[in-house]
Amino acid sequence: MSDALNIIQDPTLTYKQELLALARLGESTDDSLRYSDAYYEAKRKGALCDLNEGVMPYRPRYICPDYTLLFEKGCRFLELDPPKDLLEAVNALEIFYCHVPSITSFPVYLGDLDKLLEPFVIREDRAFAKKVLGLFLRNIDRVQTDSFVHADIGPEDSVTGRLLLELTEEMQLAIPNLTLRYDPEKTSDDFALACIRCMLKTAKPSFANHRMFVREWGERYAIASCYNGLSIGGGGYTLPRLRLYECALDAESPEDFLARELPRHIDLQLEYMDKRVRFIVEQSNFFKTNFLVTEGFVKQENFTGMFGVVGLAECCNYLLGIENKKKGFGMNTEATDLGLRIMDVIDVRVKAHEAPYCESYGHRYRLHAQVGIDSDGMDDSPGTRIPIGVEPPMLDQLEVNEKFHPYFPTGTGDIFKFEETWLRTPEAILPIIKASLARGLRYFSGYLENNDVVRVTGYLVKKSEIEKLRAKKQSLNNVTVFGMGAQDGGHALDRRVQQHDESSGR
Amino acid sequence: MMRAPVAKIIPFSNVDGPGNRTSVFFQGCTFNCLFCHNPETIHLCKSCGICVEKCPAGALSFDASGTVVWNSTACVGCDSCIHVCPHDSSPRVRWLTVEDLMKEIRRSAPYIDGITTSGGECTLQNEFLIELFTEVRKLGKTCLIDSNGSFDFEADPRILTVSEGVMLDVKAADGAWSNILISHTQELVLKNLDYLLSVNKLHEVRTVIFPGRDTENAEAVRTVAGHIGSACPYKIIRYRPFGVRERYQKLLGEFETETEYAERFARLARECGAAKAFVV
Ligand code: SF4
Ligand code: SF4
Repeated sequence: MSDALNIIQDPTLTYKQELLALARLGESTDDSLRYSDAYYEAKRKGALCDLNEGVMPYRPRYICPDYTLLFEKGCRFLELDPPKDLLEAVNALEIFYCHVPSITSFPVYLGDLDKLLEPFVIREDRAFAKKVLGLFLRNIDRVQTDSFVHADIGPEDSVTGRLLLELTEEMQLAIPNLTLRYDPEKTSDDFALACIRCMLKTAKPSFANHRMFVREWGERYAIASCYNGLSIGGGGYTLPRLRLYECALDAESPEDFLARELPRHIDLQLEYMDKRVRFIVEQSNFFKTNFLVTEGFVKQENFTGMFGVVGLAECCNYLLGIENKKKGFGMNTEATDLGLRIMDVIDVRVKAHEAPYCESYGHRYRLHAQVGIDSDGMDDSPGTRIPIGVEPPMLDQLEVNEKFHPYFPTGTGDIFKFEETWLRTPEAILPIIKASLARGLRYFSGYLENNDVVRVTGYLVKKSEIEKLRAKKQSLNNVTVFGMGAQDGGHALDRRVQQHDESSGR
Repeated sequence: MMRAPVAKIIPFSNVDGPGNRTSVFFQGCTFNCLFCHNPETIHLCKSCGICVEKCPAGALSFDASGTVVWNSTACVGCDSCIHVCPHDSSPRVRWLTVEDLMKEIRRSAPYIDGITTSGGECTLQNEFLIELFTEVRKLGKTCLIDSNGSFDFEADPRILTVSEGVMLDVKAADGAWSNILISHTQELVLKNLDYLLSVNKLHEVRTVIFPGRDTENAEAVRTVAGHIGSACPYKIIRYRPFGVRERYQKLLGEFETETEYAERFARLARECGAAKAFVV
């Protein structure tokens, strides 16, 4: 049976999912973008992974349009005037979203929704504004059917922000993903507590370290897709990953890995990124003709390449001969220290590399702790995370995270699953988040153990939708299938639960 | 140097006072409450050795002086030792100095609002606590005491000068039921209740509601409500058999108290003046 026939006969795919799968199949028939033999060899071994980005990039992976421009001057291509009231604003956004490409063909960044809509919301009666925003969220959930669709709020409190939280709780939708840009000086405790309550019940918003992102990107940064830091008016060209465990398999010792195998693989991934970025900018149409570029919603110089890594934990455990992961990376200083040395080598080497078309970032790519894909199974944990199921008590886990998160301007994060008493005491979670962000944590996600909407590795799915796929029915959300794979292969929903009394790991 | 027997340290707890707190549980208690959830904290270890041979991980042994010692790295946390101990004790107790304890508290300090000392009965370690609290306060953190009320705070109020207050358990009204339930009278507990109120150091009061014990529950709740009024929160706690010694589960109940039933007593408490009474 041909691949195309497989796709069109798969009962779990919706029409749109079939279309996207067929497009990918079509793209794969071209081979004009070629890499070195060493690259293909490393890819075959599983040490490098291109995340199935497709062989012929016809758009950057992630695009973060500057929606304030749409509101200031409208869009000629889409024949939209600047909106004059809330209905027009929401309508303009809904139309615009359908024309923002990405690796998934869905918009991965919906804008800073509270800032964009607040001027319109405060002119309306609260109940009317809530009704409009509710329909807006419903439109996003049913039209942009992919959990990598992401909206941001904060750091300041706002009427819009509060309404979005209320609606998120009431509607229990997996889409869009949501982030609070948290700054202890700009975000009131009261707003942060409202976000924590909503996060426990719906797995969103997550807390982003606003100060850290501003230091790296300036004020105008977006959190897109899972937890990816990027520039507003820019984005990410490509995101391949080093699968560090597989990278280490041919190393004779930790020292051999640091001196030889690791740099070799870093260079191969840089080769892939350089060629791909050049192709997107020089060969494909996107930066020449797309209205997002020609009308200034994004600028090519605000894009960068995202250098991804996964499986640091398994890599360190393998190199040190640690078989019991309960005593490995995250719980064991030697393994954690080796992890830091590995990250230093990656950081220094990637920063030393002159990258094409990354003008706004000193011609450099930026590191990303990739969140894992369903086929990783238990071999490579997301980014630098401690393997699921062996996480130590929360304090220990946070301390490890705080050491690794600063390496990754284009995103990393960790997820904490709480038992139900924490819902009564959000004020017990806030000091934890505050302290951890101040000490280097980049991104904090949480949810209650018994929710339907749960955070898998970075994105949200409904457990009830996974059950639909298991029953061979269709799920509107493109990402549900990844959630099912991550649950089966990576036990991604079995992470440790934070009890009401978190015992010491020692 | 002064040392105290520490049974357990919980770096993050959301159920031992306001916000996120580090809870320190001391070994040894002045009461013997039938419904105690962690009866292994009641007595100090007698080094009888019964648990030593039952440890599957070889984590327990005798030292040269014949004292049972615990190897925390070898321990796999199976709890066999506390289940076989006939003396309501545990071999997993560490005798720590204030500085030992501060090392652990300093680690969690950035993430917490304060600490809560509990037990067993932590006021058995009064001198130790005074020193500990003095140090913790230097970090700008608050210190709460979780107590059964068997320490005479009025006779020696020094600890209160370095603490935000006391979370007091009032388990029964005075009388026969008190003698059965906690093998003690309530005289000192109630005196403490009044004294702590008068010096504004009563953080909250808690009473456990037992299934089917209409009279005993009502008497306890009326007593407390009559004393505290609306001066502090009053937590009505549902009895849960988890962890309770089996022989006492037979007497007190093998099922937890229904929420509805507990709500009845929260209402009663409010009717008797304890405006801030609620079920947890
Ligand atoms: S813990 Fe109990 S059983 Fe073990 S030595 Fe001490 S008193 Fe004996
Ligand atoms: S819990 Fe007790 S019996 Fe079990 S391993 Fe630890 S010391 Fe031994």
